Order: sequence, then structure tokens, then C-alpha cells
Amino acid sequence: MKETRTDWKSRLSPGVNAIAPSGIRKFFDIAASMEDVISLGVGEPDFVTPWSIRESCVYGLERGYTSYTANRGMPELREEIAKYYALRYGNTYDAATDILVTVGVSEALDIAMRAVLSPGDEVLIPEPCYVSYQACTTLAGGIPVAVPAKIENEFRITPAELEEHLTDKTRVLLIGYPNNPTGAIMTRKDLLAIADFAEKHDLIVISDEIYGDLTYGGEEHVCFSSLPNMQERTILLNGFSKAYAMTGWRIGYSLANPTITAAMTKIHQYTMLCAPITAQIAALEALRHGEKYMKKMVAEYDRRRRLIYDGFTKMGLECFEPKGAFYIFPNITSTGYNSNDFAEKLLQAEHVALVPGSAFGACGEGHVRCSYATSIDKISEALVRIENFIKNHRK
Amino acid sequence: MRELLELLEHDSRRPVSDLAAMLNRSEYEVEKQLKELEKSKIILSYNTLINWEKFGDDTVTAIIEINLTPQREVGFDAIAERIYRFDEVRTVYLMSGSFDLLVIIEGKSLKDVANFVATRLSTIEGVTATRSHFMLKPYKKDGVIIHDEERDRRLVVSP
Repeated sequence: MKETRTDWKSRLSPGVNAIAPSGIRKFFDIAASMEDVISLGVGEPDFVTPWSIRESCVYGLERGYTSYTANRGMPELREEIAKYYALRYGNTYDAATDILVTVGVSEALDIAMRAVLSPGDEVLIPEPCYVSYQACTTLAGGIPVAVPAKIENEFRITPAELEEHLTDKTRVLLIGYPNNPTGAIMTRKDLLAIADFAEKHDLIVISDEIYGDLTYGGEEHVCFSSLPNMQERTILLNGFSKAYAMTGWRIGYSLANPTITAAMTKIHQYTMLCAPITAQIAALEALRHGEKYMKKMVAEYDRRRRLIYDGFTKMGLECFEPKGAFYIFPNITSTGYNSNDFAEKLLQAEHVALVPGSAFGACGEGHVRCSYATSIDKISEALVRIENFIKNHRK
Repeated sequence: MRELLELLEHDSRRPVSDLAAMLNRSEYEVEKQLKELEKSKIILSYNTLINWEKFGDDTVTAIIEINLTPQREVGFDAIAERIYRFDEVRTVYLMSGSFDLLVIIEGKSLKDVANFVATRLSTIEGVTATRSHFMLKPYKKDGVIIHDEERDRRLVVSP
């Protein structure tokens, strides 16, 4: 449509005008126009959803499961989620009052923020982090406060670093480990320190654990709400996208105390009504019978992780060994480029797409995010191309 | 060891350097393990799965059910050996149920296979009956879907 007036932007809500569009878009446009591009820029599994999960959804459709469900999600699905957390982490979530099935973790994060933030409330957000944390905070009327994590500490956050950014307006701490984009995880000891900090300052902790099942190298994922006294003050977010290769289904959930869950449900019922029944049926199958497929995919990610870590180390790029998610975050400052230029020049010269670290917060500068959710062959080829680029284009 | 085997079963052409990196072991260790696995016949051979039809070869595959009279002392083994020694025979399994041996045969033509069954298999002493089934179209072979239409539909870059 052709706009006849030029002042439409002034008619937009100030909240929307305050947030910048995602920095990833630019690379998408260049990369999409190339033929033989190898993309390490994709933030989703390269596996297709396991067949048994897809098949259960097809069967559900054939039997006519096309209606709304309860606002909070199908009772069987919530029961299954509660059971999973009880068995795996020893949590005591009540399926009737503590669980809300959402349209992906994205919706869960949005309504969690809207449920707990008052205008001007500050949210501590360790960076580098997923691109929507700040935007969701701003849209919900809160103020995102970036807390830079340090490479020396393998991008884990410490209470001392959080403390520096604490004010009397701080209400929420938003953490996401295993981390997108760095691949960092937090150990039990790290998280216990964060738990003490949250308790001391009476903060609500929103813990995005979408990559929890993708934890490697003999490490076990630690669920934040399973730490002593943390269940009540934690809004735990998880979903099926990453572990079960179900990104396009848009299905996730939140686990929180009954008051917060009821508040989130109120927003959810007026804005979303319920998550799609097709995706809920598939999610139920994933929880009941999907673990073996998930484990197989995790084992494959783990091999790719070692291959790509080995590759970057051998070509002399400084990087720490990622222990979670499916990202590696090498430091590219030795090449003389900043992360944006590195990503752009690499794409033009060698047709490898990756994402500049600066897209995930200022302290991501000097790094690039490479996703290893792609085939071994492509990873090997991409490593060769990146090595070529570094040899021929060092500034 | 299992992981190494699984990787090779999927793609036996992976260079040792990649295998070593993926398994977090040294190349020397992986080489050594490969030698051991080959020696102990856990790794039998490094085959390539080929779609010969696509290449242009019109081979005929038949599955033959064979009934046997077991022999004293050796049971089915001696007859099975007489059968599996033929180059035309690709696979032989001893089965439970209404027949004893399942034999998969490849030949150049229908006539070729029929001839082989009639003159070589059914004449073996102890073979009491054969039933031949000719294969029309393969969908999946050794865990590989022949015409896999699933492709990468993801956006090139996503958060």
C-alpha cells in the first residue's frame, strides 16, 4: 500500500517506537539471495519433528480434535508436564493451578512480564541473551537493565555483577541458561548463588529453560525452581521447540505459583484463548513417548558440538567450550574486524551466514554466534570456508 | 565404542579426524579401535548403499521362502551354507513360522532369477518347497528412505 501521509509513525504506541527491530534481519536478506550459502545462523533444530509426534497430531485431526481447549491447556498435558518435573527435578507443581500451556515460550515470556511488571519496574537481564528479552520488558512497561556477563567467566553471571545493577526499582531477574547465543550453562553452585541473591532482594526470577534438555559433556541441567525455596518465586518457562524439534508448532508452558499463573492465565484467555489443540496433542505425545527421539538428537548435537569446537580451536579462534543449547560463540577480535563486519564480509566472501554477537547485547561484540544445528557435512564445509576467510582477509 | 559404530553405520566415509573430534578422543585411539573392531568382525565391511535403479540397472530382486527338512546333527546350517555360498544370494535368514529360510536373490532378469530358483535352489537335497516373491518397488532400505522428500525448510537466519 502506498501511504499518502508521512506521520504514521507518530501514531504508533511509544512502547513500539522505543524498541529496535531485530538486528538479525539484515543478514537474512543478503543470505536469502545467495545460492550456495551455508547457514550457521539458524536458531532452530535441523531435524524435522519425530514422526511419531507428527503422526499423533494427524491422527488427532482425523478424529476431529479441532476445538478450543481449556484456557490453561488440556488437563492431560498439564498432568504430564507436572509429572515430568516431579520425576526429573523433584518439583511439586500442581497441574490444576501452577501450569499454563502457551503458544511457545515467546508468549509465556510476554505474559509473564505483563503479569508481574508495573510501569518503571526494572528487570535485570544478563547479556548476551536472546533478542526478545529487552523488547518484551519494554513492551510490558518495564525497564530492561543489561548486566554484561564476562568471557573470562565463560559468560556465566555472578551475584556481584547483578548487585552492581541493582536499584530500589529492581523487581525481576530474567535468566536464560543454557544460553542463546553463547552456549553457556550455569552449574548448581552458580545458580545457588543466584538463588541467594534473589531471596535477599526479594526478586521474582523468570527462568527461560527452553534449552535445558540440550546440556552436554556430562553436565546435568539444573532447573532453577528445583533449588531450595525457589519454586515459589520462579516463573519457569519451557517448551518443546528445541528438544523435540517442534519450533513451528508454537507450543510451550510456564510453571509458577498459583497467583502468578492465574494472572498470566487472565491475559492468555483474553489475548490467545488457548494454545492450538493440534500442537497440544503433539506435545502430549512428545512427553509420553518422545524421550528416545530427543536423546538421539541430543547425542547428535553433542558430536557436532565437539566437531565445531575442535574446528574453531584448531584455526586459532579463541572460544570456550559450550556446554548447552546448540550454539558456539567464538571470539573474532584477533581477525581485526568487529562482529558485524566479520559476519557481513564472511557472508560476501565465503557465503557462510552467522550472526554477529552484538545482536545479543553490547557485550556480545567481538564474538559471532554459530549454530551447530546443521549437518556434519555442512559444519565441516563451513569450518573450511571460515578458515579460508580468516587466512585471506585478516585485517 | 557403540557411538563410533553408530557413526560409521550412518556414514562410513567420515575421516578419522572428524570421528576423533566428535567422540572427544585422539585419532590414534580411534584408529586403534577401528582395527580391533575389524579384526573381531564386529565391523564386517564398509558398504555403500546404491540406488542401482536410478543408475540405470534393471536388476530384479526376489524374496524366496524355503521349506527344509532339517538334517541330523547340523539342523538347518549345512543347507543354509550350500545356499548362501551362491553369489546370487544376497541375504539368508533362518525364520520361525510357516517357512524356514528367507533368501533374498538378485538377478539380471525375471527369467534369470526363476532359473536360479528352479535349477539351483529347489534341487538341493532337503529343500521341500520354495515360494518366490518379486520385489516391485523399494521404499526404505537398511534404515534409509529411498525417495526422501524432506528438505530443510528453515529460514536462513533466525534468532
